[in-house]
Amino acid sequence: MAHAAVHDDHHADHDHHAAPQGFLARWVYATNHKDIGTLYLVFALLMFFVGGSMAMVIRAELFQPGMQLVQPEFFNEMTTMHALIMIFGAVMPAFVGLGNWMIPLQVGAPDMALPRMNNLSFWILPFAFTLLLSTLFMPGAGPQGGWTLYPPLSMQGGHSTAFVIFAIHLMGISSIMGAINIIATILNMRAPGLDLLKMPIFVWSWLITAFLLIAVMPVLAGAVTMLLTDKYFGTSFFNAAGGGDPVMFQHIFWFFGHPEVYIMILPAFGIVSEIIPTFARKPLFGYQAMIYAIASIAFLSFIVWAHHMFTVGMPLGGELYFMYATMLIAVPTGVKVFNWVTTMWEGSMTFETPMLFALAFVILFTIGGFSGLMLAIVPADFQYHDTYFVVAHFHYVLVTGAVFAIMAGAYYWLPKWCGNMYSERWGKIHFWSSVISVNVLFFPQHFLGLAGMPRRIPDYNVAFADFNMISSIGGFWFGASQLIFVGVIIHAVYYSKQRATQQVWEGARGLEWTVPSPAPHHTFSTPPVIDDSKLAHGDVTH
Amino acid sequence: MTSVGIPRILRALGAPALLVVACLASAAAWAANPVPWQLNMTPGVTETSTDVHQLHMIMLWICVVIGIVVFGVMFVAMFRFRKSKGAVAAKWSHSTKLEAAWTIIPVLILIGSAWPATRVLVKMADTSESEMTVKITGYQWKWRYEYVDYFGKSTGVNFVSSLEAQSNRVRQLGSGLDPHGVKAGEFASYLLDVDKPLVLPAGVKVRFVLTADDVIHAWWVPALGWKQDAIPGMINSTWTKVDQPGVYRGQCAELCGKDHGFMPIVVKVVPKPEFEQWLAGQAPAPAAATAATASTTAPQG
Amino acid sequence: MAQTQGAYYVPHGSSWPIVAAIGMFLTVTGAAHWMNGDTGLLAQPLMFLGIGIVVFMFFGWFGSVIRESVAGLYNNQVDVSFRMGMMWFIFSEVMFFAAFFGALFYARMLSVPWLGGEGHGVLTNAFLWKDFTPAWPTNGPGNVGGAFETIPAWGIPLLNTLLLLASGVTITLAHHALRAGHRRALVLWLAATILLGAVFLYYQVHEYAEAYGHLNLTLGSGVYGSTFFMLTGFHGMHVTLGVIMLTVILFRCLKGHFTRDNHFGFEAVAWYWHFVDVVWLGLFVFVYVL
Ligand code: HEA
Ligand code: HEA
Ligand code: CUA
Ligand SMILES: [Cu+2]
Repeated sequence: MAHAAVHDDHHADHDHHAAPQGFLARWVYATNHKDIGTLYLVFALLMFFVGGSMAMVIRAELFQPGMQLVQPEFFNEMTTMHALIMIFGAVMPAFVGLGNWMIPLQVGAPDMALPRMNNLSFWILPFAFTLLLSTLFMPGAGPQGGWTLYPPLSMQGGHSTAFVIFAIHLMGISSIMGAINIIATILNMRAPGLDLLKMPIFVWSWLITAFLLIAVMPVLAGAVTMLLTDKYFGTSFFNAAGGGDPVMFQHIFWFFGHPEVYIMILPAFGIVSEIIPTFARKPLFGYQAMIYAIASIAFLSFIVWAHHMFTVGMPLGGELYFMYATMLIAVPTGVKVFNWVTTMWEGSMTFETPMLFALAFVILFTIGGFSGLMLAIVPADFQYHDTYFVVAHFHYVLVTGAVFAIMAGAYYWLPKWCGNMYSERWGKIHFWSSVISVNVLFFPQHFLGLAGMPRRIPDYNVAFADFNMISSIGGFWFGASQLIFVGVIIHAVYYSKQRATQQVWEGARGLEWTVPSPAPHHTFSTPPVIDDSKLAHGDVTH
Repeated sequence: MTSVGIPRILRALGAPALLVVACLASAAAWAANPVPWQLNMTPGVTETSTDVHQLHMIMLWICVVIGIVVFGVMFVAMFRFRKSKGAVAAKWSHSTKLEAAWTIIPVLILIGSAWPATRVLVKMADTSESEMTVKITGYQWKWRYEYVDYFGKSTGVNFVSSLEAQSNRVRQLGSGLDPHGVKAGEFASYLLDVDKPLVLPAGVKVRFVLTADDVIHAWWVPALGWKQDAIPGMINSTWTKVDQPGVYRGQCAELCGKDHGFMPIVVKVVPKPEFEQWLAGQAPAPAAATAATASTTAPQG
Repeated sequence: MAQTQGAYYVPHGSSWPIVAAIGMFLTVTGAAHWMNGDTGLLAQPLMFLGIGIVVFMFFGWFGSVIRESVAGLYNNQVDVSFRMGMMWFIFSEVMFFAAFFGALFYARMLSVPWLGGEGHGVLTNAFLWKDFTPAWPTNGPGNVGGAFETIPAWGIPLLNTLLLLASGVTITLAHHALRAGHRRALVLWLAATILLGAVFLYYQVHEYAEAYGHLNLTLGSGVYGSTFFMLTGFHGMHVTLGVIMLTVILFRCLKGHFTRDNHFGFEAVAWYWHFVDVVWLGLFVFVYVL
């Protein structure tokens, strides 16, 4: 019937339950959420290494005072690219990859709602990053104005400006489509009986994150479009002589930028909220409060943007308002932290690698949150702003926050993906090596900032030498530790002899643990029957 | 790279032992300028900077205390409720009382800390009753200082201040010169010294008006307690009053291109009579130079 | 192979997405080279090649979706997914316009008054722009782009407002006709909508020609010209796209693709058209009238 009417020009795969044969058919034309999830995750890991290598250049140049390795222009390129790649190429795609893999499994759907658009969301990314990275080899070199792209500086770039802006447009299109897909999947593809308030927290966190993405990525697109026309078509948005204002860009950018940082942490909250109950063998404390907390954080994220701009000379009332609003975010975030800790209380805990990363997340993210709160205090921010104190803050929330959560999630779900257990021993070695080195790397940066070292400089006064050297040593160590991560993954996927069970973890609850490991190419071809008592949060009625 | 490398690595590894000592030392000798192993913000040399330092310490301690409580509970949980110790998981997962408590208590803590912050901020915003005005203009990669008026009289004094020559030689890629060798008196001044410092009188409330000529810069001397962006085509204003004569160093604090790391700031505060003498000795700069700063923003592109 | 599995529908793999990605990549690469003043194959030719591929892709991708839809492969759930996709896409477009409206409000309410010394801006005015008095429209204290005149709101813009409002009515009439199964009325009202959109575009082009030719109002006329052309320009592009989509829908109506209760393609375009309409009302009020 349909087959004739819908004649397609590629090799039709007649076996509905196996993956398509051939590289092109399976990966390039992919519509399977698991395959696309894998593509995202592999891409993210690759970009993590590319962005990390740039961080290594930064840390090597900062190893000691004096310029030893690179020209200042190149240093600025590294800083800018490092951030863009880590944010748009590593952390965001990693979360989308996890979402792609797990959301359909967790809501009992056969696939994402719009599988072909899903493919496009992914396949835009390699092109976008090719475009971005190619600027490094262009005459006039890559972008050097920092990932925040503030004009007028960002418009001084040579040819790269247009390429970078278009690369950002492509990433934005990809993110928006990915987010639309996730929302449609969650709202439309849930198995019958899986009410919204029975969904796993990870799904909830992604639902809200996807909303944030759709709301702010277009604003970023608008901001960089104005940058483009200011540079190439003579508009005056950011030029005071024409009646505009350079600071206007910062307002628009941070209206995107602040929600963006929560885009990079809310799914992390979700992952950790899955892992801690599993290994504490106790239901998540305050399930509904967790959801309200995520929603409040998302709401607040829209009205605090100018805390990145306390030194631009806003009117007093503006500074005060943005200070108060920013401080408020500590309240819902605190609720989350307290709920995680209370989940552990009177649990029955074991400490496998995912749990170790999740616990480190709770502590180290909170430390990053504390420094965030300090940054919110305007008069104090006059001192902290644009120093390494800020760098320390955001690496705590991003690396030991977002990246640690991604790693926790990877260890947690890896057996479900590949059907084998990873080496617990090497997982733990990876964890301890990372958690120690990352603190050697970023904790001293607080001291540097407080002592007066500005960020985005390739060289510094000798008073800052010692802590910079410690930080660099921690950096190389942390970077090297990530090679272990890759080793563990490759071993688990290709060499591990230890088969994973369906449930994998003793305390695991939820639909994803009711399908075999590895999860077959197609799951839930017919909707599963929901048994509340088997769901992670289904029996939480209050 | 270098011979200084290895011993410094050894020192770096011995760091923890030195930290406490260094922390104490930092408070004393070089209160206003960075010292090796410095761990914390210094109280600086103005009322503002002292206030800010205080706010910083308040927030730091709040965070430390909350951290100890939260992490403390967490560690207790991790050690008491281990499966390996035979812990059996409880079933509860909800408590309205607890949740209300840890929503309300943080709110109260936040209100408590917002209050002093507001007070300090309001004080910092008040540029009235200043006795002199200095206009600061940022360029890629130097600063121009114009003494617009001093006790109501305009002065015409105006000059450019940029990275001093020795640092500039040392900082070139592969110069092979040792940054530790750059000194201004006792102070190892690498990248924190200029050819011509901004001279200010002690005990006088100075208003600064800041702008820039090309891209955004930010003027920051930590000992004064604030930084402020210098934005092309816009004026920002702020103020300071330093009672203690001395030399206070800072840097540009907004990425402004390749030499952003190389546009330091030095403020030399001298007693009032000495300042007046100095000011009188400065030749007013040609008007053209001043005018240049006004034409700030040619359209881009 | 397309398949309906149990209650769910999962589409087969497709080569169109990768074609789309390549097309977009070539388009922007060419555009970037072109903007940088490059000539040669990597600039405009590449851009047009990319655009061509994207257009080709749209026909191919949507064509296969239409074939599958007509073949009755899609169930209700797929329909809902499409609806959600379209709604959230429109929401993202709203936010895209919000960025430019934000720029307009910021310039009018903050930066221009500050440059003129109002409120927070006394010093800026006193030190940098002594002779500048804030007003709107303006091309700033630097008189960027030279003196210009603006388009009066009550001429063409008003006419255009009426045209778009009318087109909002006609498309609704078309929808009613579709639901009532009146094929002729459907085609007529739809054609009327397209016509109204096209006339709108004609006047918009006319207005631009007037602005550039006689009023010296250009993209480079300070912040007024920037916001004016960016907002109306992006809106105009959306109208153009809308007209193209309506035309495609018209042909599909003629081919009888839509049934009384299954015509999501039509509705999606109608939503889009209403969105374009609403944006115009915002433009009319904030760009032309006020
Ligand atoms: C994942 C990313 C992420 C996250 C989650 C956060 C979280 C927060 N951030 Fe951060 N931030 C960044 C990423 C992030 N940030 C980045 C990338 C930058 C720099 C961008 C750039 O310039 O390049 C930045 C910069 C930045 C600044 C600007 C600094 C400057 O440039 O001068 C500020 C200022 O207010 C700030 C504040 C905060 C606050 C208040 C939070 C809060 O959400 C934190 C809330 C959490 C807690 C407070 C801890 C847990 C709470 C409790 C245990 C409850 C009890 C606590 C109390 C009552 C104190 N951040
Ligand atoms: C999610 C985001 C993210 C992540 C994961 C990271 C990860 C890291 N960042 Fe990142 N960083 C940012 C986001 C991020 N950063 C942002 C937004 C900025 C601001 C940019 C701006 O100012 O515009 C910034 C800026 C920034 C600076 C300040 C630069 C400056 O101001 O000039 C520094 C300096 O130390 C730094 C270091 C690091 C290091 C060492 C890591 C490490 O965690 C990286 C570890 C990973 C690897 C090293 C890769 C894997 C390993 C290998 C490739 C093996 C080979 C290596 C060895 C054997 C050593 N970052
Ligand atoms: Cu000037 Cu940075
Ligand atoms: Cu923020």
